[in-house]
Amino acid sequence: MELSTISSNLLYGAFILYLIATFFFGGTIRTKGKEKASTRTGNIAITITIIGFLSQVGYFITRWIASHHAPVSNLFEFTTFFGMMLVLAFIVIYFIYRLNLLGLFTLPVALLVIAYASMFPREISPLIPALKTHWLYIHVTTAALGEAILAVSFAAGLIYLIKSVDQSKLNKKTFWLEFIIYALYATIGFIVITSVFRGIGYDSTFQIPSEMENAEPTKVEFTLPAITGPHNGELITNGAMQPIFNVPEWMSGDKAASKLNTFIWSLLTGLVLYGLTLLILRKRVAAAIQPYLTKVNPDLVDEVSYRAVAIGFPVFTLGALIFAMIWAQQAWNRFWGWDPKEVWALVTWLFYAVFLHLRLSQGWQGERSAWLAVIGFAIIMFNLIAVNLVIAGLHSYA
Amino acid sequence: MKNITCECGHVNPEGTVLCEACGKPIEGNQHINGNQPNKLLNMRYDGSARRSQTYNKTFVDKIWNFFSSVKVGVWLIALTLIASAIGTIFPQEANNQSPLPANQYYEQNYGIAGKIYYQLGFHDLYGSWWYMLLVASIGISLVIASLDRFVPLYRALKKQKPKRHETFLTKQRLFGQADQATEEDKEALVQGLKKQRYKVYEQDGHILAEKGRFARWGPYVNHIGLIIFLIGTLLRFVPAMYIDESMWVREGETKQIPGTDRQYYIKNEDFFVETYDKDDPRYQEAIEEQGGTVVKNYQTNAVLYERTDEALPGSEPELKKIKEGAIQVNRPIKVDQFALYQTTYQLDEFKTMTFKIHEKSDEDEKELDTFTVDLVDPKPEYNLENGIRITVDNYFPEFEMQNGEPTSVSKYPKNPAFVFNIFTPDNPDKPEVSFVGIGANLDPSGENQYKVGLKDFETRDVTGLTITKDLTLPILGLGGLIFMIGVIQGMYWNHRRIWIHPREEGVWIAGHTNKNWFGIKRDLEKIVEGTNVPMVTDQNELKE
Repeated sequence: MELSTISSNLLYGAFILYLIATFFFGGTIRTKGKEKASTRTGNIAITITIIGFLSQVGYFITRWIASHHAPVSNLFEFTTFFGMMLVLAFIVIYFIYRLNLLGLFTLPVALLVIAYASMFPREISPLIPALKTHWLYIHVTTAALGEAILAVSFAAGLIYLIKSVDQSKLNKKTFWLEFIIYALYATIGFIVITSVFRGIGYDSTFQIPSEMENAEPTKVEFTLPAITGPHNGELITNGAMQPIFNVPEWMSGDKAASKLNTFIWSLLTGLVLYGLTLLILRKRVAAAIQPYLTKVNPDLVDEVSYRAVAIGFPVFTLGALIFAMIWAQQAWNRFWGWDPKEVWALVTWLFYAVFLHLRLSQGWQGERSAWLAVIGFAIIMFNLIAVNLVIAGLHSYA
Repeated sequence: MKNITCECGHVNPEGTVLCEACGKPIEGNQHINGNQPNKLLNMRYDGSARRSQTYNKTFVDKIWNFFSSVKVGVWLIALTLIASAIGTIFPQEANNQSPLPANQYYEQNYGIAGKIYYQLGFHDLYGSWWYMLLVASIGISLVIASLDRFVPLYRALKKQKPKRHETFLTKQRLFGQADQATEEDKEALVQGLKKQRYKVYEQDGHILAEKGRFARWGPYVNHIGLIIFLIGTLLRFVPAMYIDESMWVREGETKQIPGTDRQYYIKNEDFFVETYDKDDPRYQEAIEEQGGTVVKNYQTNAVLYERTDEALPGSEPELKKIKEGAIQVNRPIKVDQFALYQTTYQLDEFKTMTFKIHEKSDEDEKELDTFTVDLVDPKPEYNLENGIRITVDNYFPEFEMQNGEPTSVSKYPKNPAFVFNIFTPDNPDKPEVSFVGIGANLDPSGENQYKVGLKDFETRDVTGLTITKDLTLPILGLGGLIFMIGVIQGMYWNHRRIWIHPREEGVWIAGHTNKNWFGIKRDLEKIVEGTNVPMVTDQNELKE
């Protein structure tokens, strides 16, 4: 078997193992009162998680050997690596606090991240000159680890919120909590809809006249039926869906319309999935989960959330700012260039600085701190996804 | 200054909330930290006397109090955060690749939103006075807030005594009473504390066990790091500290390196671009996906020289070779304090053009003579055989027709074109005019006897290098290092204290940590294990 095939199988194996481990972590809740059984289930769950992690490490190493460079050089590789670091961060924090529930919330996020990653081109690609340096590995891996530890803070914050937000009536808090859950559904939506249309091999092509005279028109491919088409685009595939509307002129990038289209599809699919869940549960998703969290000690969850930030913040600073600056100095002769990705790393850093300073004052612990942990994760995800896909810059190697 | 003498005999500075020695709440000052009779003590900065909480009369007091407030600091950070994010909505002027001036670029590309963006000055947000003012305010806040807290906190932790006031102990978050504890139990507790690597201090049978006090200095250390970093970025504006120049060097050319005071010269031996092999099975699929060519390497093979004679303007320099090597992306070449980066390039710039001249009526175009023009430095006239003399009437290095007029859009020979005057022996005063360029050959009068045609040309590559000297880098590096040390010191260690207070019957135990309560509780569990002392209670959990 070829090395790259072994590599993808190991990743696949890791994915399945994380999935199984999630169910075992779920099982630790159901054994009410029976401490011993719960501990045993927890032990099985963490063991499976560790085996899964080792399998993913195997993927990482084999892919490194196969590609001749550390597999952190495109969106698929980086996002997968981020998922792996998320599991690592979880394992470390699990052994500090032995909080089984954290697995039930962190592993699904890691699963989502890895599944999301695999929607992007997975070929082994060569490195362009700007990426050919050891700083690629050093900067990207440390930054990913830092972000992953901060993401654990999000998982803990989410547990806190589901446990403590009063679900008896609909208000701002319950709305935003459902919104976070819907955002997770939309991610699932993206994975589902992309896989479905990839499965049936859907493809439609648009032709956009070039602005330059006598130049060939540009062709843009859509892998999902076009709800929104490119500005001035003309559908040239027979039988494909006509776009309902075209994007405005300022969305001028070749792929802008296609990306917006995918985004809309993800939101809609997420909405359908979320709606179905509501129909089955007949109450808000967070309200349905809440009864399972009665045994949770909110102080401990709050502490985990804060601790994850305390551990993750220095790692993030080192990886996403300091190593990034050293590399930028070497590659582009300036350590800082106000590139969108850089700015959003700074925004993330400033945000967690605010988080840490607010912890000093009373009243910014517990629930408010949990909300902040959620917002912090949203900023990280924005930098990871939106900045690459929407606000292109030097980092848009995807 | 009105000092406050506590009942334990310690003299505290004005504004103290909890006595530095025994921790007794000082009457009349409890509002400062918001302490209430029935609640746990607020242990911020150990209840030490902070200038900002004590004085609020003079102008200096008010400025000090403004910048020392965490609330203000958080607002400053939050505003900087929001401003920074706004700056990424549209590309900054410095980063957009468009040739359009900013006042047109934003409106043309982003419509009304772009126009507003430009009018608000967000196209150069990070260089705007108000953004710099925000960052500077954060800098001031860092200094003042740190001083306001560090000095009294340092004092309080230095003056603390093992013997604590009972109110102090009962109002700690972790507190427990062990009425039946014996002397042996107490000894066992002390041993347990030592085993957990606490430093144990004793005063009249009262125990203070402490570890990780240095973690308390973490925030102040990291703030110092940040200040050094910010000063480093300011120094960049000092001309001697920072040079940023760029240059083009053609293959074979030796040029003075700008910014080095005519001291260093560089020769471009060769410039080339390498691409990945399309058929390499490893990357085949990805290369195809990306359109067939993926660049592997941009490289200039350079030789560096130092001038050995007096650098007088106009004199030919005497050069001594000092270094030879490759400049690649990510691998700048360094000389003295300067670093040369591979930044850009131009492939196949024209080097020379060779023209031939023949009689226009000659169908075989039999060449009468040829002449070669150096496109960087064309000679004004060329004397050919048969007495023909050609002068360069006009030279367009990068020729383009604009509004019906021939012009050159740059001084680089990317698309050279010439207007030649041809003087023949028969007609020495009235030259024939001929226009020759790439794919163009015009005879404006239509009555020319001779025709000049392009016979051959040579090309070469040009490399674009950036030269930087940045003496602020070590300062920035130092700032970053100190920041990292401080932030790790403060985040990865905690300051834990456990007090054992002997009573007539048994002992009281209290514990405090600046963070990670879970950790100190685990320490305490291990310490009380095997003794008659019950585990302390977390009074924070009781209230719920």
